[in-house]
Amino acid sequence: MELTVQDSIYWIKFANERIQSEKEYLTSLDQAIGDSDHGINMARGFQQSVNKISDGSYVHVSDVFKDVAMTMMSKVGGASGPLYGTAFLRLSSAVKEKNPLDHKVFVEGLEDALNGIKQRGKANKGEKTMVDVWEPVVTLLNKNNEVTAEEIVNTAKEAMEHTKKLVATKGRASYFKEKSIGHIDPGSASSFYLFESLAKVWKSGGQA
Amino acid sequence: MNFVGIVLISHSSKIVEGIKELIRQVITDVPIEIAGGTENNEIGTSIDKIAKAIQDADQGKGVLLFYDIGSAKMNAEMAVELAETDVKLVDAPLVEGAYMAAVESGMGKSLGEIYKAMKEEF
Ligand SMILES: [Mg+2]
Repeated sequence: MELTVQDSIYWIKFANERIQSEKEYLTSLDQAIGDSDHGINMARGFQQSVNKISDGSYVHVSDVFKDVAMTMMSKVGGASGPLYGTAFLRLSSAVKEKNPLDHKVFVEGLEDALNGIKQRGKANKGEKTMVDVWEPVVTLLNKNNEVTAEEIVNTAKEAMEHTKKLVATKGRASYFKEKSIGHIDPGSASSFYLFESLAKVWKSGGQA
Repeated sequence: MNFVGIVLISHSSKIVEGIKELIRQVITDVPIEIAGGTENNEIGTSIDKIAKAIQDADQGKGVLLFYDIGSAKMNAEMAVELAETDVKLVDAPLVEGAYMAAVESGMGKSLGEIYKAMKEEF
């Protein structure tokens, strides 16, 4: 699929709606193995991102992502600020000066974003972090451009649920060691909403 | 005389206020800036606060950053990447590391010298 400026704005808007309505749930996940700030932080970051990009008139998709990145970095207090900020910043640089983004360019951008998250958080797959959702989704999108919205949602959802079985070795949850088993990682949950929202844009075939 | 600056980053402003107070008892001339809590002074860290603290602590001899846990390090790393001054992030216990660095800076040592001493000690 192609991603236009308008699509990218809808992507963030959909994600924001989802995160606003799941704010309490995200907080409860973070309460179990963290510092209970994920819901509030993500809700703040996405709301302010939407406010920011709704005002702007954009020529390039990269500028939408850059504004999202900057907002995430300065408005989100927890680890998700630098992590989502880095992800969108990498995505933005990877797709610079292009509109719309074709499938290949967009997926390469997401791959860069994933690598950014891994570097920033010094995390790899299997450590009960957002990487556990990002990596399988990027792998799926990399396979072909015939991926359906359902496949994206299913892959992200399964990946998020799988974090339940993992022991946290990164972030605040790592202090809980084995006690972290049985809980979904909050960052993987917010990442699921992000990709679920992308799938929603995907489904409309760029006619969001 | 100019000194290497020190920035203390914590999730809580009270933590870094306390550490600064502790150091100020002995070292009065070294610039020490704090970046504690989020923009709204809630628990967390803010890249904007860190960036401002770096600017304020810089007398031209560079700045050393000390942090507490989790997102503090990530935000500090981002601030280092964005900073235009000579900045180094130190992996050391916040209280002890910052105290030792302040003493070293007060003796007129350079950023590189203090950083090296930190690495050896911690
Ligand atoms: Mg948290």
